[in-house]
Formats: sequence, C-alpha cells, structure tokens
Amino acid sequence: MNTKRASALALALTLSFFAAGCRKKVGVPPPPAAPAAVAPAAKAPVKKPMVTFFTVEPSTIERGQAAVLKWEVTGAQSVSINQGLGTVTAAGNRSVFPSSTTSYTLTATNEGGTSTETVTVNVTAPAAVAPPATPAPSDDFGAMVSKLIQDIYFDYDKSDVREDSRATLTKNADALKTIFGKFPNNTLTIEGHCDERGSAEYNLGLGDRRATATKEFLTQLGVSADRLRTISYGKERPSCTESSEGCWSKNRRSHFVAQ
Amino acid sequence: MKKITLPLLVALAASAAFGQQGADIVGRIVGGQKAAIAIPDFRGAGKAANFVATFNQTLFRDIEDAGVFKMAPKSMYPLAIPQRPEDFRKPLKYDPNNRTRAPWLQDWSEPPVSSDFLAFGYTAEQDNQMVLFGWLFNVKQPEVSSAQVIGKIYHGTLDEDGARKVAHEFATDILKQFGVESLAGSKIYFVSNRSGSKEIWVMDYDGSNQKQFTFYKNLITMPNVSPDGTRLAFTSFTGGAGPSIVIHSLETGRKIPFYNQRASMNATASFTPNGKQIIYSSSASGWAQLYMANADGSNLQRLTNTRSIEVEPKINPKTGNEILFVSGRGGAQQVYKMNIDGADVTRLTTGEGEASNPAWNPQGSHMAFAWTRGYSPGNWNLFIMDVATRDYVQLTQGAGRNENPSWAPDGRHIVISSNRGGSTQIWSMLADGTQLRQLTSAGVNEKPVWTK
Repeated sequence: MNTKRASALALALTLSFFAAGCRKKVGVPPPPAAPAAVAPAAKAPVKKPMVTFFTVEPSTIERGQAAVLKWEVTGAQSVSINQGLGTVTAAGNRSVFPSSTTSYTLTATNEGGTSTETVTVNVTAPAAVAPPATPAPSDDFGAMVSKLIQDIYFDYDKSDVREDSRATLTKNADALKTIFGKFPNNTLTIEGHCDERGSAEYNLGLGDRRATATKEFLTQLGVSADRLRTISYGKERPSCTESSEGCWSKNRRSHFVAQ
Repeated sequence: MKKITLPLLVALAASAAFGQQGADIVGRIVGGQKAAIAIPDFRGAGKAANFVATFNQTLFRDIEDAGVFKMAPKSMYPLAIPQRPEDFRKPLKYDPNNRTRAPWLQDWSEPPVSSDFLAFGYTAEQDNQMVLFGWLFNVKQPEVSSAQVIGKIYHGTLDEDGARKVAHEFATDILKQFGVESLAGSKIYFVSNRSGSKEIWVMDYDGSNQKQFTFYKNLITMPNVSPDGTRLAFTSFTGGAGPSIVIHSLETGRKIPFYNQRASMNATASFTPNGKQIIYSSSASGWAQLYMANADGSNLQRLTNTRSIEVEPKINPKTGNEILFVSGRGGAQQVYKMNIDGADVTRLTTGEGEASNPAWNPQGSHMAFAWTRGYSPGNWNLFIMDVATRDYVQLTQGAGRNENPSWAPDGRHIVISSNRGGSTQIWSMLADGTQLRQLTSAGVNEKPVWTK
C-alpha cells in the first residue's frame, strides 16, 4: 500500500517536472516570421492557422534514402511535426530517413484552433542486397540482434566453444558492442539447447553450461556481463525433431534472443 | 561385475512379496509355483448391471497386475458360475461331465481350470448404492464350510467410480491374504503436453482417472513426490528466468514457498525420507552441482564440488544416507553413489554408454535406471541394479527409448515412459519386465512418479 502511494507520488512529481519543461519550451516565442504574419489578423475572432502546403519529395524512396518534407503555415502560434521532428518554424524543410513506410503529420495551432495536414513516405526494400554488417541506422534492437548475431553450435555432450564458433562469437561480440552502444537499456538472452539423445535432466545442466560458456566467451571479449542473461532449455525446445545427425547438430546450440 | 539372472530376481521379488502373513497359504502350493486363481465375470442386479463391466475389468486387472497369481484360463471355466456360496451343491459322486447339476468346488480345482482359488459374487443396487457381495474360496477344500477365505460386503456409489472402488477394495482384501500390498489407491504423477504445454497430471495406478494437476500454461516438468505423499516438487520455467523449483501441497493443491538460490538453473528436486529436506541441482557455481536445503529452501549446503554436470540426486528411502545421482565428472553421464555429506563417491555403472534416472526401490536395496549400454546414444533401456553388489539385469531390449523408472509402493512394480509404440507414453510393468501395460495414449506423456 505504502509503496504504491509513494510510487504514485513520484510519478506525479516526475510528470509535473516534464510538464513544466514542455510549457517552458512552447513558451519560447517562435521565430520572427510567425508574429509578423499573425499581427494583422490579431483582432477579435481569431481564425485557425492555415497550412499553405505540406509536401514530401519524393513520396517513394528505397530504404536508406532521404525524402524532403517542405511546408509553409500562416497564422500559427506553434507548428510541429510528429515522428520525432518536434516543433518547427512556420515555413521550412527537413530531410527524413524512414526505414519503413511512414506518415508525417504537421500540426499548426493558435487560439482559434488547430489545423493538420498529413503526408506519407512509401519505403521500398533496397534493390541490391544490403551488406549485413551495415544495418539501417533506424533498426530496432530486436531487428539488429536477429540480423547481426548468429547462433553457435556444439559437439555432442560438450559445452566448450568450438574453433568455428570462436570466429562467430568474435563477430557477435563486435556487433553486440555496437548494438548495446545504440540501445543502452536492452539485454540479450543466451539460450542453451541440446539434442534429443542425452537424458532430459542431464541436458538441462548441459544447456545451462553451453549458455554460460557462451556468455563467458563474450564477456572476455569485452561485452558487458550485466547485459547478458542465460537460460537452459535442455532438449525441451528443439529447432527440429528428426532423429539424425543433421538435426541433432542444429539443436546443440546457443541461441540469442533480444529482450 | 556379473549380471543377475532373471529367475534369481523374480525369486527375490517373490520372496519379498509373500510376507509372513501369506506364508502358510504359499506353503501349500507345490514346488513354489504361483497359486492359480479363477475370477469369472460377476453379474450386476438392477442398475448395478450398468457398471458391472467396469467392475469385472478392474477386479481382474488388480489381481493379474499384482503378479502373484497364475490366472486360470477363462475359456476353460465351467458353464455354471456360482454367485453365492449357497449355489454350491455337493454331488453324491463328482462327475465332471454332468452339465445339469449345480456348481461344485471341483469344477474349479480339477483340470482344465486347475485353480487353487475362486473369487465370485455379484453386484446389486441397494438404496441407490452399489453393493458388492464378494467371496474368495479355496476350491481345493473338500467342503464349502472350510473353503471360504473371504466373505464380505462392499459399498460404493452407483456409477463407474463406485464400481472401480468396490473392485479395488475387494482386490485389496484378496491380495492381503497373500501378504501382498495392493496398488489400488496408489497414484502416478506424470508430465503431459495434452493441454498444449507440459504440465503435471495425475492418474490412478491402472491409468484410469487421468486429471491435470498444474495449470501454469508453461513448461513444467521433472516431478517428484515426498515419501509421505503430501508434497510435489517440480522444475518450472514460469517467470522466464530459467528453470526453478516449485513445490505444491498435494492436500490443498496450493503452492508452498521455496527459496530458489540465485542461479540460472535450479532443477531436479527430490525429498529426503523424512520429507524435511530437499536435494537438487543448481548452476549457482557455473556448473550444475548438487545441493541440500530445508524443505523451504533455507539452510543451503553444497554437496558436490566439480566442474561437471550433476543432476537427479535421490536419497536412499530406507537409510536416508546414500545419494544416487547422475554425473558427467568422468566423461559421459553415469550413475554415481555418495554419502549424504558428499563423501565416498563411487561410480555404480560401468562407464559404458550413458546412464540416467536412478530410482531407489522402497526397500533401498536396488535401483532402477536407464542406460544406453550396448546401444548408440539416445537408445535408453531399463535396468535394475543391486546397489551393494552392482550386479544388474536388463529389462527392456531395444524397444524404443525407455526412461524415468519409478517404483510402485509395493516395491515389485515399475512405471516408465517409453516410445515403443511410436509416441512417448507411460507404461507399467512387473519388476521382472513382464506384465507390460500402456497407461496413457493422448498426447506425449513422460516422467512418471508412482506414489502411495
């Protein structure tokens, strides 16, 4: 009960702090152009601001290319564009790099009301195969992990990192340092898995050992240990179920999952 | 290390089965043969007739499964089946070919039936209840007056459950005459995926009454039950933080607090004989190692200290001292034994193949376990080992994977999981490998634990 009340209070305080911050920013007078335009219409019934134009050029891009938003607004006290662009001048342009098809909405406000206008940038996949090591800068954590971090495989009843897995883990470590730099609040789970042959109980221990050995290898290469969690699924979550070495070798793995 | 010959083990099981109580009865049987029993189908009067098929099936199976009787061949039974002792009429001169006379004891004791005992009676409806009138006769006796071993009335509800109940009770009384503990009333807990995820289920020992026990909608596995049958421990993946130990009361069904030490894995818990402590495997050190704690997880003690994988600790239920466990300390997984303080570690299996799932018999003398000896990895067969001499016997031979044996409270039966029929199911058998019965069929079912 007490902790609930305390956290509610803390939340309220935090919110009011941010609210104050916002008001302050909005309160900063817009660039000179706007007041000049507002001045003549300043009397009596205030008209809503007018969006003269809001366009995007080109309206279809390949992922990674830029599109330019252009706009002009009259009679507004404040003008903003969503998708993280924030408050903007009454007339201007801005380059955007959406990774997927995105709609941008411009909002112009004064005492008389609000006018909005929306444009959409269609994003297509790049024609050429993008090199995997250079993800689009706007990828999210999960996308980057699945794109850049590869599973490693183990020998039967073994948890030491194989020669070929060392190379993979070294690449994984480099990529993880970049990814964690970009996403300071995310963690990665390393799942240890086994093939179907050992007993389920022993394999729980073996999968745990595989995940831990993988984590130890990555931390030795400088990946922060507190960003890595381990979990063993033993032989409970196989990626394939045939009784053949082809399938068994795929199941003896450390698998990386974004949290 | 020699192998135990099968007859020796059976004799061992038989001598354990026939306690002092039944010794005089057994003593009368020539040449140490099993006594033969005939159990003709009982009839049901009134509404009891609707459930008499279930009754007959349950009674016959309870007696047959006990493994102490030779079942007299049903096709040889005489046509005139007695329903009450009064139905027997002693003929002036016994003529086996006279088919018009009333039933007589010799109809059952003489060839071709050649039985020693006859269970007979009938079920009826009385005050909307099921009533069973059950008799056991020693048909080798010359007179009805001296033949009766049991004559008793049993009551149950007028439905399938009631039919099973009275059948189990009658079977229990018959087996008691021979010093054999009936399995009726014993339960088997197991893991089933039939609800969509692996959960703990429970059934009667004969496979009837299958019910879901846990409802976590997650991965729940590796159950164990306290020796007094009041608590269930299992390994749970709820919470997403890796396998941890969860304990439930079997009396209330509720979860009981258990402190899991900080580790990526806490698993394969089992109870000490007095139920006051729990031993389990934890990766707190970086490797799955064995620990002992109080029943609530407190007062933690580390039992093993190696850089290898060690799981499935099981304490001797009789002495409370020796621990059987599975370890990879010498290479491939094998079964080891140590004292409760971690001293005197000995490998029990030969080092061949891979070994797992050690299970003490209730007497604390033998262990049942799974071994791939003689086969490639993953081809588990069931073995029983005399822990003192390390002599062993193989019970299954290459019929799929046979794993996770658990002993019945009578110390003479074993329940296992096997995929011999295609999918993994629960099977029960006599400890000599005979009387194999499939108990489950829906979904995948594994890791059975037989309890009182």
